Amino acid sequence: MAITSTKNLKEFSTANDRFEGAHLLCPGCAHSMIVRELMNCTDDNLVIATNTGCLEVSTAVYPYTSWDTSWIHIGFENAATAAAGAEAMYKARKRKGTLKNPDAPVKFVAFGGDGSTYDIGFQWLSGAVERGHDFTYICLDNENYANTGGQRSSSTPIGANTTTAPAGRVSYGKKENKKDMMAIMAANGAHYVAQVAPNKWKNMAQAFQKALATEGPCYINAISACTTEWKFDSKDTIHVSDLATDSLVFPLYEIIDGHELNITYRPKNVIPVRDYLAAQGRFRHLFKPENEHVIEEWQKRVDANWERLQRREEARV
Amino acid sequence: MALKYELQEVEVWDGNYAASHALRQAQVDVVAAYPITPSTPVVENYGQFVADGYVDGEFVMVESEHAAMSGCVGAAASGGRVATATSSQGFALMVEVLYQASGMRLPIVLNLVNRALASPLNVRGDHSDMYLGRDAGWIMLDSFNAQETYDLNLCAFRIGEHRDVRLPVMVNQDGFITSHTAQNVRPLSDEDAYKFVGVYEPIDELLDFAKPVTYGAQTEEDWHFEHKARQHKALIDSRPVIENIFVEFEKLTGRKYNRVESYMMEDAEVAIVALGSTVESARVVAKYLRDNEGIKAGIVAPRVIRPFPFDAIRTALENCKAIGAMDRSAPGGALGMLFNEVSAAVYTTSSRPIVTNYIYGLGGRDLTLEQIKDIYRELKKNADAGEITTKIQQFVGLRGPKLEFFETRRG
Repeated sequence: MAITSTKNLKEFSTANDRFEGAHLLCPGCAHSMIVRELMNCTDDNLVIATNTGCLEVSTAVYPYTSWDTSWIHIGFENAATAAAGAEAMYKARKRKGTLKNPDAPVKFVAFGGDGSTYDIGFQWLSGAVERGHDFTYICLDNENYANTGGQRSSSTPIGANTTTAPAGRVSYGKKENKKDMMAIMAANGAHYVAQVAPNKWKNMAQAFQKALATEGPCYINAISACTTEWKFDSKDTIHVSDLATDSLVFPLYEIIDGHELNITYRPKNVIPVRDYLAAQGRFRHLFKPENEHVIEEWQKRVDANWERLQRREEARV
Repeated sequence: MALKYELQEVEVWDGNYAASHALRQAQVDVVAAYPITPSTPVVENYGQFVADGYVDGEFVMVESEHAAMSGCVGAAASGGRVATATSSQGFALMVEVLYQASGMRLPIVLNLVNRALASPLNVRGDHSDMYLGRDAGWIMLDSFNAQETYDLNLCAFRIGEHRDVRLPVMVNQDGFITSHTAQNVRPLSDEDAYKFVGVYEPIDELLDFAKPVTYGAQTEEDWHFEHKARQHKALIDSRPVIENIFVEFEKLTGRKYNRVESYMMEDAEVAIVALGSTVESARVVAKYLRDNEGIKAGIVAPRVIRPFPFDAIRTALENCKAIGAMDRSAPGGALGMLFNEVSAAVYTTSSRPIVTNYIYGLGGRDLTLEQIKDIYRELKKNADAGEITTKIQQFVGLRGPKLEFFETRRG
């Protein structure tokens, strides 16, 4: 893998931005941090497809666009297939010699929220990965349908209060566990899979670079803390992200070719899951005595998962 | 470089095979497709052409028809020639993306091999899928036999890719009757066909990084109306472009196409308006009735369904007295599409011919020559009486008691 060096903070802050700041995302939204870093970590030309969702509706409202690169949005579910179609056309035209700039390196990237990735676009993503298109799919995972006002998705964790899995007098909110897209994509045949978070930005840039340098389909699950629907102050996005990675609710790791698992970030001080939950309004009701069991079970699940990841890392299978 | 395919002056092809050869000769860059009866052979044959080196494109077999059209959109936005094929349920599944393809003004060619829509599940030909797509903003061409399927595919690339048009184009053919019936087809040589279709000229492509483009932006009440209005205008304004391409095609092949095809209409008193292979059956019947019963029968058939040939169909029908609009699609609680659109067109003439509606052939039910004769005889009765002598909408070829609705108040 040819990995270009990661920019340092100064270089990052002064680099030519291919994602314009004048977009309509909420103040404190992590989406733009992730997108900017993707576009900053490579000098290659980018064709970006984006599913309907917060990112799309906030960055391409006619007659404006935030994208100083090739960009396409079709529908809620099919960015992976749009990227696949573009990649197929690139291959055909390269072979036939009809590209305007045949030697320019090109990378194909698709963005989707968790609603479009875990739920409505699951089939399109799975199909594009199975067919082996040379592209990277990045899920901006904020664990709910934020664009439509905070409904549950299959990425929403157990116990979260959402508008369609509300907490109430007799309910602690969503009853089901979050779907494990990392395992699914690794099993689906993605050549490189990684979970990243914007607070660990160098780690994230390295994962992006690995994915872009890997031939074939790659999947990145990027945790995107949502100030609006997770209900924390917009200045606390990175703080909440730190709590997410340091509590190991969102462990950062990669899976190469479906079997080689590497943990890419080990917190020096692991903090309790309850500290992560306590920072967000969507979990406030879990701290009532009758719901405490959800937090306890969650901690056990996180511990078991961390154990599982470490075993997988050792086993190399 | 693709290998040349040696063709006979006359080949025996069915509609599907004819479509596959047209796609091959156009040297399509990307076909993204998903199989469904009866259109499957279009992409199977094409896949074989790719495997044998007769076309140098990417053949992407995706996991659904929705993905097929999504892949076509991504590919077409990347500056090359794109085509696919589908039918029925598959077409229904891709409807969402049909609107997006036309809204982004991407010249994709779609072979729609017409088949009924479930439920009940049915694989046979009717025009339910064609009707489902009629507001999707695509140019819609209709072929009545395999030769026309071939010819119209070649024309479809020219029309859709024309700088003044830039719209996706559907080529319809009747499931099984056209798609699976081997017929004589006179193809062009590979050189002549490609010369006619021409080299694809990319416009606003995703792969031109000197000029980044944003496809699929959002517009709300401030701009959406203007965009959709311009799209409609582009469709309406494509009429002369289509006509010019048909003229060019005639010069090359001697085969003449028109936005509206008229047969025996010069002195016709009664006319059937129909689509697909029914047009050919009606021609046989009209000639018989002229020879044997003295009924001045004619046929009018929209070759171009969208943009609807409001002008040309009115001209074609203006001088007849009674019209039977034949709809091969379940009307779903309304009058048939052809009835509504033909009625609207002739209503703006001073003669205002009488129009009645016949629903027939759903799910592949045969329409016999005898049934068509009876329809013409009814139309003749209407013409002589100067009013509708039957119910306005009648079902033809249906089992059980006669199904008919609505009476005229003209008189």
